[in-house]
Amino acid sequence: MSTPSTPPTVVEARALSVTLGGQPILREVDLSVRAGEVLALLGANGSGKSTLVRSLLGVVPTSSGSVRLFGEPLGRGVDWSRVGYVPQRMPAGGGMPVTALEVASSGLLSGRRLRPPRGGRRRALAALDAVGVANLAQRRVHELSGGQQQRVLIARALVREPDLLVLDEPTSGIDVPTQETFVRTVARLHDAGTTVVVILHELGPFAPLIDRAVVLRHGRVAHDGAPPRPAPDHADAHHDHTHAHADPEPPTPPALTVEVNP
Amino acid sequence: MSDLLEMLSAPLMQRALLAAVLVGAAAPVVGTFLVQRRMALMGDGIGHVALTGVALGWLVGSWAGLVPQDSLAIPGAVVAAVVGSVVIELVRERGRTSGDLALALMFYGGIAGGVLLIKVAGGTNASLISYLFGSISTVSTTDLWWTVALAALVLGTGVGLRSALFAVSHDEEFARASGLPVRALSILVATIAALTVTIAMRVVGLLLVSALMIVPVAVAQLYARSFSRTMAAASGIGVVVSVVGLTVTYWNDIPPGATIVVLAIGVYAVAAALQPLLRRPVPPHDPHPDLPDDVELSEAGQPGRAA
Repeated sequence: MSTPSTPPTVVEARALSVTLGGQPILREVDLSVRAGEVLALLGANGSGKSTLVRSLLGVVPTSSGSVRLFGEPLGRGVDWSRVGYVPQRMPAGGGMPVTALEVASSGLLSGRRLRPPRGGRRRALAALDAVGVANLAQRRVHELSGGQQQRVLIARALVREPDLLVLDEPTSGIDVPTQETFVRTVARLHDAGTTVVVILHELGPFAPLIDRAVVLRHGRVAHDGAPPRPAPDHADAHHDHTHAHADPEPPTPPALTVEVNP
Repeated sequence: MSDLLEMLSAPLMQRALLAAVLVGAAAPVVGTFLVQRRMALMGDGIGHVALTGVALGWLVGSWAGLVPQDSLAIPGAVVAAVVGSVVIELVRERGRTSGDLALALMFYGGIAGGVLLIKVAGGTNASLISYLFGSISTVSTTDLWWTVALAALVLGTGVGLRSALFAVSHDEEFARASGLPVRALSILVATIAALTVTIAMRVVGLLLVSALMIVPVAVAQLYARSFSRTMAAASGIGVVVSVVGLTVTYWNDIPPGATIVVLAIGVYAVAAALQPLLRRPVPPHDPHPDLPDDVELSEAGQPGRAA
């Protein structure tokens, strides 16, 4: 048991390396996040922020190193109902009609819970309400705007009342009022003791909440500590970085490689 | 009316109708997950592989001296279809080969293997015709029990685990980050797709199996708003076209499988043509009433507002 002065470690990565399509994306990353922290992951496009988060959650296989969530190695031992993940985008899917309520409800399943619990519908509606889209519950998600879809994805992560919330660029391509909603939501969760890991392109409206920042550069940790000051040409208050940008696709090996040996 | 009673009292027709109802209900349930996973043609690939299984069952049956020779055809098809679908799923997961290339390999390998093996087993290509195009009129009591058991399994799994199967089909990455057994659930979808193919084989035939899985879903998603309603409506449409198609062939000498599929596609054509008329039009409205406008425009200066 830990004393109140040292809160337990929620996320612990040791010498984590990830290689995708033969290309090293993360090299020997050490990261630990303590309960109740709000950690910002910063770095240029392609620095490995999204890959780091996805490997911490077991979405991307690691090539070496170890990851522990709530003290348990990744896998069945982790209590996944305590983890809420918000990806950057809603997947396109096969064009089937899917309502916002159905997407939010899918967050009720985790680990070995393959069927929604009793009162699941009420909880999903409450989660949608918490991010201000309860009125869209019965709408098809693909008819919603980008900002509304993002809110639905946050509701899907919140519905299980997570102790660890992981957000991948929640403010990219999102209008300012929605960004402010997110910041308020995260602040409320933080006050309730939730640990938050958030990928950001720049601190922006999240700045007051951030306790600590980790900056990645070329797949390595370049900074771990107080939130850094932005690079000089990015310091201008009018420099707006909220444009949507897609993650770079992981490099795929060419279908056919021809080697010419003279 | 007496004609209808006569049809319903014929034991052969009773078996055929029961098989049609079960297949019509089960196939679109699986199809809903396949469409969501962008694998609408998977049923077709499995169907081709199942043909090899039919021939293999025939071969084993003739070696063992079973009578009739094809008594192992359905078990053979079940085994081949399940193995084939799991292979497709694993190839897709590894991402080594694109999904459609993997399907293409199975399409042709399955048909060629079936034709070769049936010759080795002492049959002819004609022996395969009833499996390729269906022969509901030859449904035996044993076939019916197979159909009932497998359809119950498919419906029970598809409906009972629909939340988990939906989660994996809708957003695989989120499902992984939730600790859901993604691989096991994906293989489960592939397996129930394979079982559906083998039970639908007698009704519509292996070449048309996929149509009964996919076309009712295509109709339902035109009108339904949610995933669960699409699934329920598709299942209902599957039952209706199967029963109506079969009934038509009781009085007219036309092949039941093809009739059912043509009927389903006809329903799709009508539904698609009527969709613009029947779906409630959305009146012009502010999609974000809770958000203030970002720029102020004077009413008079707004382009497009001038009458």
